[in-house]
Amino acid sequence: MTRNTIRFIRRGKVVEVTAFPPSRTLLDYLRLDEKSRGTKEGCNEGDCGACTVVLGRLRGGRVFYEPVNACIQLLGQIDGTELISVEDLAAGGSLHPVQQALVDHHGSQCGFCTPGIAMSLFALYHHGEAATRQDIVDQLAGNLCRCTGYRPIIDAAQQVCDGKASDRWSKESDAVRTRLAALQDDTDIVIGDADSFFAAPASGDSVAAMAARHPDATILAGATDVALWITKQMRILPKIIHLGRVAALHRLENHPDRLSLGAAVTYAEAEAALSAIDPDIAELLRRLGSKQVRVSGTIGGNIANGSPIGDMPPILIALGASLTLRYDAAWRMLPLEDFFVAYGKQDRQPGELVWRIDVPKLQANEAFRCYKISKRFDQDISAVMGAFKIAVENNCIANARIAFGGMAATPKRALATERALVGLKLTEPDSWSGAIAALGTDYQPIGDMRASADYRRAVAHGLLQKALSEIAGELTERTRVLGQRERQVVA
Amino acid sequence: MTSRPSPHQTARIETETVGLSLAHDSAMLHVQGSAVYIDDIREPEGTLHVAPGYAPDAACGRILSLSLDAVRAVPGVLAVLTARDIPGVNDCSPSIGDDPVLADDRIAFHGQVVFAVVAETREVARQAARLGKVEIAAETPAVTVEDALARRTIDVLPDYAFKRGNVTKALRASQTRIEDSFHIGGQEHFYLEGQAALAVPDERGGVTVYSSTQHPTEVQHCLAKMLAVPDAAVTCECRRMGGGFGGKESQAAQWAALAALAARITGRPAKCRLDRDDDMVMTGKRHDFRVDYAAGCDETGRLAAVDVTFLSRCGYSADLSQGVNDRTMFHADNAYFYPQLHIQSRRLRTNTVSNTAFRGFGGPQGMLFAERMMEAIAVRLNLDPLDVRKRNLYETGRDVTPYGMKVTDNIALAMIEELEASSDYRRRRDQIARFNAGSRFIKKGIALTPVKFGISFTLTQMNQAGALVHVYTDGSVHLNHGGTEMGQGLYVKVAQVVAEEFGIDIDMVRITATTTGKVPNTSPTAASSGSDLNGMAARNAGMVIKNRLIEFAVKEWKVARSAIRFERGQVIIGNHAIAFGDLAKKAHQARISLSSTGFYATPDLVWDRDKAKGRPFYYFAYGAACSEVTIDTLTGEMTVDRVDILHDVGRSLNPAIDIGQIEGGFIQGMGWLTMEELVFDDRGRLRTHAPSTYKIPCASDVPADFRVKLFESAGNPADTIYRSKAVGEPPLMLAISVWCAVLNAVGSIRPGKMPPLEAPATPEAILTAVKAMQT
Repeated sequence: MTRNTIRFIRRGKVVEVTAFPPSRTLLDYLRLDEKSRGTKEGCNEGDCGACTVVLGRLRGGRVFYEPVNACIQLLGQIDGTELISVEDLAAGGSLHPVQQALVDHHGSQCGFCTPGIAMSLFALYHHGEAATRQDIVDQLAGNLCRCTGYRPIIDAAQQVCDGKASDRWSKESDAVRTRLAALQDDTDIVIGDADSFFAAPASGDSVAAMAARHPDATILAGATDVALWITKQMRILPKIIHLGRVAALHRLENHPDRLSLGAAVTYAEAEAALSAIDPDIAELLRRLGSKQVRVSGTIGGNIANGSPIGDMPPILIALGASLTLRYDAAWRMLPLEDFFVAYGKQDRQPGELVWRIDVPKLQANEAFRCYKISKRFDQDISAVMGAFKIAVENNCIANARIAFGGMAATPKRALATERALVGLKLTEPDSWSGAIAALGTDYQPIGDMRASADYRRAVAHGLLQKALSEIAGELTERTRVLGQRERQVVA
Repeated sequence: MTSRPSPHQTARIETETVGLSLAHDSAMLHVQGSAVYIDDIREPEGTLHVAPGYAPDAACGRILSLSLDAVRAVPGVLAVLTARDIPGVNDCSPSIGDDPVLADDRIAFHGQVVFAVVAETREVARQAARLGKVEIAAETPAVTVEDALARRTIDVLPDYAFKRGNVTKALRASQTRIEDSFHIGGQEHFYLEGQAALAVPDERGGVTVYSSTQHPTEVQHCLAKMLAVPDAAVTCECRRMGGGFGGKESQAAQWAALAALAARITGRPAKCRLDRDDDMVMTGKRHDFRVDYAAGCDETGRLAAVDVTFLSRCGYSADLSQGVNDRTMFHADNAYFYPQLHIQSRRLRTNTVSNTAFRGFGGPQGMLFAERMMEAIAVRLNLDPLDVRKRNLYETGRDVTPYGMKVTDNIALAMIEELEASSDYRRRRDQIARFNAGSRFIKKGIALTPVKFGISFTLTQMNQAGALVHVYTDGSVHLNHGGTEMGQGLYVKVAQVVAEEFGIDIDMVRITATTTGKVPNTSPTAASSGSDLNGMAARNAGMVIKNRLIEFAVKEWKVARSAIRFERGQVIIGNHAIAFGDLAKKAHQARISLSSTGFYATPDLVWDRDKAKGRPFYYFAYGAACSEVTIDTLTGEMTVDRVDILHDVGRSLNPAIDIGQIEGGFIQGMGWLTMEELVFDDRGRLRTHAPSTYKIPCASDVPADFRVKLFESAGNPADTIYRSKAVGEPPLMLAISVWCAVLNAVGSIRPGKMPPLEAPATPEAILTAVKAMQT
């Protein structure tokens, strides 16, 4: 069964689009095709949030309202959702409560970021719980405002996002659900022809077969990286295979000893399960990308694109994750660290798909720490990302797995350091220096716009020192300026 | 200034609309996405799109060849513009004539526009622009201040200096002498709306251009010159900008010029909207500096002499570098008296984009120097930096600035002391010292710094403004003036002034787009002067009409002038009251004009740049901020934990708008000094050309404990519009307190040693300073 149209809900009605270039972005669809110009283009790369719109998605019988960056969302990806843009909020001559709160608190100055901020707050308004200040600044991490200094926006959100949504969507929630449910089906979508298409197969077998048949196709998961090839590199991507409709790839299995994540599982979907492994992972995920990026971006995509500065690979490598790949009907499995061959080169054949990631949970004697170092805490790309899993027996280090991002051309394990750590006593900090120095054997970082090589080296040393100090018992309120573990446990 | 009333003598003025915290006039539109920016204008049929092209691999050198056949061959491309297509003058500079719209024989920085593609869609124009081949006889670029010094590039502008006394002698005689040098980074404006212009050709070779610009008149002049038509053949209009911050003062012209040229060549409307990365690569930024200085003081930290040299990276051309660097010098004293001084400025030429206006306009760099010097003195003498600051403030008898202007309104000390108490500075400083003594990895710091900022364009002729007001016969008012709206709330403030004048509700005042067709020969909306100048001009326009109405009423109702009042939408005429609209209608029937222009020129300004003497500023705006930070000495990470601000806006025209400027300016300044880092590689390429790599503050960077208060002022001692004070730029420099607090935290590692902290204090800069303290 194949469908040659995408369908979504717009202002209460089903919209069908049957012909569009595969790489059409949602933002261009809104501004150029629909001529709705309330949604703004600020950066065209998903970093400023001016283009934020909300997608209503049906999941497990519930509707989730999620903010996405329309500039790095492809039109084909929104099949089966409700598309809500800033023009839709006010009704009958009255502003939506989030809009009214922004006006009342003087939350706009130049106003260019405001539509995106209104949409992010609209999503938070529908979150179902009263938002704390932390929830609000997390929600807004992907919405840059250059004028206000954010304070009035945060105040507006604190007033209005009280968990008691009362608007058109809350009042018509049954109708919204029914409309969305009517759009869900198990058919493969193919828009275009054999030379140029946007495809969104629905089953695992069909996506694997299609990828094998079109090894030159671009595999699309969340589009938070691929869309930039279109908007910034001006690349023409004639064939796009989207993984987002494959149920098997969205599966998240929580086994007693491990998590098993399908390749299309988003950060947002995996957040709770991964965070349960260790509070540092929760803190990392809070800071990774932005809300907009986390609801779209996938952990599989972060791995598949092989970036040396992806935040998840060092964590997953330190935890000992393994990767399953599929080519048509053939599967293979490998340790995650072996997937990253060299800069820009992964152990993946054309037409082969990253299929599943298996992540071991921590054993009782294992401690875990991870740290993301960047110029800005939120929504920044790491200069250095360090992850540490240390097994401790009788106050001695029995085993260590350490991986860093930003320190080499790929996410890479610190094998020499790991060896040097074994046998060291946590009670004797003076004995650690040799192991810390071994990082110099493991890594020869380079300097770039994010950090110099010297800084990366110094930070890597500092992070190992910090991890060991903490595992040895130092309270993190004495070792960190942010993300203290004591605070998280209390929360 | 002595003839002016002191704040305490200024009478309270009772007002109806002025002083209210009204919402931004476009707030309702902003939140609904219905506020129209340039790219949102429904394009006239047949509008074409322009994308700039440049040499991707070179920063400077002669253009050997230009191959554009592949560009022209792309379906949908209508024209490719080069310098040869320009009928008039190929220049978009603000004055000197050194900024080509399209590079002709050579390029001088990486990203300089060499050609522009005109196509049916923006996507096609951008894709085709990548296919152009520009062959350059590439030379090694001078990228940094140090490069420019080493290579002896010819400065973009002559040196300039302020001098008083014999500094060399005074330094030698000083008990304590400090020598120090540091770098100050630049800053990308990152207005959320990038540069954009839409040009619509008219029937006689002229053009109407809708431009996101702070300076419509300059865009008009640039386009007229370039198209070889009279100024009157070009109209430039701007309803609003999605942020400006100085980045659209001089640097909006080039994109309007490309759109206008495309419109001229094709006869069709044309739009040029830059992609964000192009915008960041092709437009100028805040100037970055190296500052070398020596200071001499006594054992209490009171300065005897200051010798400072500001070495500024201007980029490849002059742009606004004269005014910017002059203002650095004007603010090298911040709020402090330097008995003997030598303030030297060099304006260095580099092969980088031409640096330009940015909120504060050079002032922030001068003031950062002054505050760093205060910290350095305190470190050397083991004093509380706040005591050093207080000891050096201007006061009676020590009140002449380096440029010969007397400071008479010495409110800095009162503001500092009020903030010192309300922020609990001393107790917190003690607490922090105790915390630091017991903390190995984490250190805290605190600093309280003042701001004194001179208000007026230092190019005196720019201190003028015009307005146009129409009253219609229903009593509604059409308001137009030369100031532009970039989010700062100028339009609503001026509308409040006009509503006040006529005693009518603000909703009766229709705010209209700034256009050179209504108010000509305007100054840029800059130097924080928007409300001061345009508020006065609009009020003057209103007063002309109001006086005509009064004269009419005096005759018609036979009452004395003094018996007539305009209030609450009515005109009280003796014992009689009539709706404002009804009076307007009657006056119209009596054939009285209900339209007027208004004009204002700031009085009392005298500035002789050659002699470096005079009164360049009408008055000073003041503020003070206290910031507390925490740093991680293992990684250099930093959080801003609490900020207290006390800021002086005189008598506020609109407190909510003013607080918005204070908070927004502070956070923008904090970004400049902490996380915003421009990185050029040694080939002159900007590596931080997108928000993925150039980080401005986001919501979580705002201190959760952020206390902002307006200083209780009886009003500006200068006779400004309703005794208000300018507020656009001064608050940015409150953020210097954050940088000083970081310095203070790093300094706790080794008391007595000055931390070699650079600006911005990124995690890397902090860790570098920490390591220097530890070795």
